[in-house]
Amino acid sequence: MRKAGIVDYGMGNVASVFNALSAIGTDVCLINRPQMLCDVSHVILPGVGSFGDAMGLLRAGGWESALRQDVLDGGKPFLGICLGMQLLASKGTEHGQHSGLGWIPGDVILLDASDPCCRVPHIGWNEIEICSREGSYRSAASANPVFYFVHSFHFRPEDPSIVDGWCHHGVKFAASIRMRNIWAVQYHPEKSQRSGLTMLRDFMASEPRSHNT
Amino acid sequence: MIRNRLIPVLLLKNGLLVRSEHFSTHQVIGNPLNEVARFNEWNVDELIYLDITRDGEYDLRRNDLRMSALTSPLDILTEVSKTCFMPLTWGGRIRSVEEMHCLFQRGADKVAINSEAVHRPALVTEAARAFGSQAIVVSIDVSDAGGQREVITNGGRVRTGLEPVAWARQVEQLGAGEVLLQHIERDGSGCGYDLELIQAVAASIKIPVIACSGVGKFSDYPKAIRAGAAAAAAANIWHFKELTDRHGKRAMAQDGILVREI
Repeated sequence: MRKAGIVDYGMGNVASVFNALSAIGTDVCLINRPQMLCDVSHVILPGVGSFGDAMGLLRAGGWESALRQDVLDGGKPFLGICLGMQLLASKGTEHGQHSGLGWIPGDVILLDASDPCCRVPHIGWNEIEICSREGSYRSAASANPVFYFVHSFHFRPEDPSIVDGWCHHGVKFAASIRMRNIWAVQYHPEKSQRSGLTMLRDFMASEPRSHNT
Repeated sequence: MIRNRLIPVLLLKNGLLVRSEHFSTHQVIGNPLNEVARFNEWNVDELIYLDITRDGEYDLRRNDLRMSALTSPLDILTEVSKTCFMPLTWGGRIRSVEEMHCLFQRGADKVAINSEAVHRPALVTEAARAFGSQAIVVSIDVSDAGGQREVITNGGRVRTGLEPVAWARQVEQLGAGEVLLQHIERDGSGCGYDLELIQAVAASIKIPVIACSGVGKFSDYPKAIRAGAAAAAAANIWHFKELTDRHGKRAMAQDGILVREI
């Protein structure tokens, strides 16, 4: 039984993620208590806002340990969107230094704004240079699919081999990463029309994978 | 490379879709609820809905339009966001952070503020703090009826004495994330964008400019991008030509403008 649970921890527009999943025929619910994680097969962590505020809410709500147990240790399929990707890092640098969930070593830094053609925030549709088609791009219709981005910061993982898609905007940055059952994207699949819905379908088709499998 | 955007602007008045001319003549086109699914399917990069109903005019009971099921703007937004899988901007008659909060909850990704930003510029800053600059569009209506370009508020009725470039610079400083630039005399005229205005504003600010007002042919779009706009927007043309999305994108691509194709 596949069911998506959107972590509703007080950051961001969960309605559009909910609508997109409903549109592709997914059984989906909002989860506002960590206990509800056991009711779902796939977990989605959205987020719009600042890194420190989001980590504060995840800790206060008891999400940090519950998500670690269910996703990092338990292997349940997980998708982080935008800030929900950045929170996986060990460290965020938005408005001071903050520790993140720390599932994936790396830091979150500001996009380089020195190129006048590349305005920051990076808002708009941009293309992906695909490195692996095992995760987010399994069913991508194009070799360079285009997704919608809205962000000023980006995740810089220590191990670049987990990046499955790159994007260029002044610098080359990780548009998406995948580590076993953990998928994360800097763009907004729920706002990327057909390419986004295709990506969400692929995520919902993904299976649990723990350390041992 | 980031793509240049093509954006339809959909105008709502008293809960109905309208076409507009010079900000003053509004012809009813239909009930938006019958159309939103079709708009959401367009091969475009974003949708902007502007509620241009004047204060005190909103009346769900009026029957002189011979259209059934007039709907409140918030209900229209809820309906739109259910099937809108691209960025959605909502504007018109927004006066407070609380109202914006309500619009974001219903599925808007950005809000556009206009008259109230002139009346109370601090609102732009408050909004950017609450939701981030990327979610705040300031809409600027320009008229040159007085001999030189001037910012006009309240749907084309109130002169402000503000010079458009200076005002655009100010809203950027206040925290706006984008400027939607409209021109009253060109609205509904089909005689092309005010390219001089677009160029002057785009060159003076770093945030993206969405050019609007005046589009009569698809070949007007690339001109706005060449003048410095990040996005070419239009309203009326979407209702009176066939395959407006495809032809619009093609006109941009043929002129060498990088656009997103589906």
